[in-house]
Amino acid sequence: MDAEPPRRAALARILDPLAAPVAAGVATIVIFGLFVSLAGRNPLEVYRLMAVGAFGSWFSWQNTLLRASPLLLTGLCTALPAQMGLVIIGGEGAFVIGGLAAIAAGLPFADAGAPAFVVWIAMGIAGMAAGGALIATAGALRHWRGVNETISSLLLSSIAIAVMNQIVEGPMRDPASLNKPSTRPLPDADLIGNLPGMDVHWGLALGLIACVLAWLLMRRTTFGFAARIVGGNSRAARMAGLPVGMMMVIVTGLGGAAAGLGGMIEVAAVQGDANANIAAGYGLSGILVAFLARQHPLAIIPVAVLLGGISASDGLLQRRLDLPDAAVLVLQGILFVALLAGEGLPSWSEWKARMSR
Amino acid sequence: MSGAFSLEVAGMSKRFGALAALDDVSMRVDAGSVHALLGENGAGKSTLVKCIMGFYHADEGSLLVDGREEAVRNPRDAAQFGLGMVYQHFTLVPSMTVLENLVMARADTPEMIDWGRERRRLADFIAGMPFSAPLDTPAHGLAAGEKQKAEILKQLYLGARFLILDEPTSVLTPQEADQMLGTIRDMAREMRLTALLITHKFREVLAYADAVTVLRKGKLAGTGKVAELTVDKMAAMMIGEERPAAPVARADVAPGAVRLAVEDLKADDSDGAEAVRGVTLAVRAGEIVGIAGVSGNGQSELVEVLAGQRDATGGRMLVEGEVYHAARAETQRHHLALLPEEPLRNACVGRMSVAENMAMRNFDRPPMANGLWLSARAMREAARDLIRRYRVKTPGPDAPIASLSGGNVQRAVLGRELGGEVHILVAANPVFGLDFAAVADIHSQIVAARNRGAAVLLVSEDLDELLDLSDRLLVMSEGRIVLETTAAAADRTAIGRAMAGH
Repeated sequence: MDAEPPRRAALARILDPLAAPVAAGVATIVIFGLFVSLAGRNPLEVYRLMAVGAFGSWFSWQNTLLRASPLLLTGLCTALPAQMGLVIIGGEGAFVIGGLAAIAAGLPFADAGAPAFVVWIAMGIAGMAAGGALIATAGALRHWRGVNETISSLLLSSIAIAVMNQIVEGPMRDPASLNKPSTRPLPDADLIGNLPGMDVHWGLALGLIACVLAWLLMRRTTFGFAARIVGGNSRAARMAGLPVGMMMVIVTGLGGAAAGLGGMIEVAAVQGDANANIAAGYGLSGILVAFLARQHPLAIIPVAVLLGGISASDGLLQRRLDLPDAAVLVLQGILFVALLAGEGLPSWSEWKARMSR
Repeated sequence: MSGAFSLEVAGMSKRFGALAALDDVSMRVDAGSVHALLGENGAGKSTLVKCIMGFYHADEGSLLVDGREEAVRNPRDAAQFGLGMVYQHFTLVPSMTVLENLVMARADTPEMIDWGRERRRLADFIAGMPFSAPLDTPAHGLAAGEKQKAEILKQLYLGARFLILDEPTSVLTPQEADQMLGTIRDMAREMRLTALLITHKFREVLAYADAVTVLRKGKLAGTGKVAELTVDKMAAMMIGEERPAAPVARADVAPGAVRLAVEDLKADDSDGAEAVRGVTLAVRAGEIVGIAGVSGNGQSELVEVLAGQRDATGGRMLVEGEVYHAARAETQRHHLALLPEEPLRNACVGRMSVAENMAMRNFDRPPMANGLWLSARAMREAARDLIRRYRVKTPGPDAPIASLSGGNVQRAVLGRELGGEVHILVAANPVFGLDFAAVADIHSQIVAARNRGAAVLLVSEDLDELLDLSDRLLVMSEGRIVLETTAAAADRTAIGRAMAGH
């Protein structure tokens, strides 16, 4: 059993996990190209415009980053539990319920004239607690009742969205909101502003910090090490005496809290109130982000920017090529299916091992 | 065509990449004989029979069935020639009756089954056999010995007249094994079949086989008539020059205080049936208490409860006098070590590195932990030390542990569990599937732990291992302790009877 030279081994460690997402990306480019060709557009022109729309100018860069920032947080909602071997797809619900809880907690403070940062802290805590509780429920059901966490998180997410709609149209509806039922808005002074010198709000910074913290937690702390043992082999984890159930609740809770924070930012920085628009699919795109990033908290950052760019380019595609805005969704869908289809394929080093056998 | 026939393998070789699993092996099995195929794990026994049965294609060599050279391209061909194989693990469909299992296994099962006719046919067939099986009992309702008989009946019903039996007695009590092998030998004497028996038990070879072929590292290591061989000669062929390390002498330690006590412990198996039905036992410092039993009688569930992998439904465990729940803090405080069976499945995370796996007991204490933060350097240093002390063959501390061989995975776990202070050791089939050198090594580590004053509970399906190592021996059957004896006074027959639940 000869060891590979260390440098090559290190290179393989970096390149190996990249192979599947890159292959999925190439397959998607080909299939989506065929799709737009059938719609009578030149695929090369489509891709050129997408690049321009996403990264062609400072304006499009800012648009891209704006759309990437919620994906950083919803991506963590899937990627953090994935460290423990759980597949959570309820980020949309955690995002929405986080936004709703944030406005419910923020309005009384704002009404009482509290300083903006107090309002934000109250909103942040409420949003993270609500999103965290939602996803932690899926973790608890999994450990103590044996309920499949993927399905339960999806169903809990549907419940959360329905609850948000019910409350926004009922108990918390602002009578002044006529054709778009909303809660009362936050005062302008309590809205989260933009990063210095940019047209992008502070949510981007919070999202980046959250990704780095998640990485530090999982890679550099004893808690993260224990979580990876649980994710790698729960029998070994129980033999090591680790509190598997409690850790599942904590990590799913942290994932939900990240998405809940995303919902709070959506309310406090973008919408200004809670309304049906906060269920705009950020949580669903977050699943795609996490899978494309192979559940690596730091890899979420470039992937979220890439997907943010794709969605930022839809305006240009509509204006120039008259493609419907659903075209971008089709692209995302193809990418997800290609990625999942490639999941079971052997990695590059497995291929090499198989070939040399 | 009926009656036993001979089989000959000439110059057979099979390579997997760089590994020569089978290197120019020849073997002759006479018609109507019981031929034993002996060898350590990885010696090439299963590769050889898989080549015979058509699962693998040999790179070189030929196969003579009844004196004619034949090409067995796949298992279907093998069945055509009358070759049949009984596997170590049962292949009956548990929810189906014996009748259904046998009818289903036929190659020519009709589209519409006339069950009345099939039953008459099978009853006639079984009437001509030296043993029977209850046709209408679902397979899961059969005892292990009955299942094994049904598997053999199935092969004979399908027309096999050359039976390959792959370690057929590993799941049977000694009595069941004797009965089964006796029947096979009698049928061979009557020229009704030829049997090739894969085994590593010398006792079975001496009692039932006419001739033996020994493999070592893929090569033919020796062959001969059993009547002309001794156990020592066969062992020498099997092990070769490589002498296992001398076992650690058992120090004369008087057993001390009770370190591990189990009181009326109950636990369910994974299907919710009660598997441990009120077990009470005590292990003192400086003694090895062995638990014997046929697999599936609650031993693995008992070990899982002790390991914290399964919740007890009743009773309690006491460690050094304190109630024990297998929580991490308790395990660390009482220095309880575990060597579970199948360490890769039970005690390791395959994709994590050797160093990370070795840190599983201590990662949350200094020097590996600095408060909340983990020290990868301390982890790697500790691993280097253990790799050296326990002679773990690995490319380095950062290699994924799943890339190591079975023996080295077990050595790595051994180092992790026994590398520090040990007050209590629970070991379950700790050498299952390992080669001689690793077995001797691990056995001497277990005895050394005892000599240093640890209380050792050793659960094993291998009676010889238990008799070699234990100070006291308990027999477990149907979830209960049914016999207790000292190793010195142990009586194989009584133990075997207790294992079978008599």
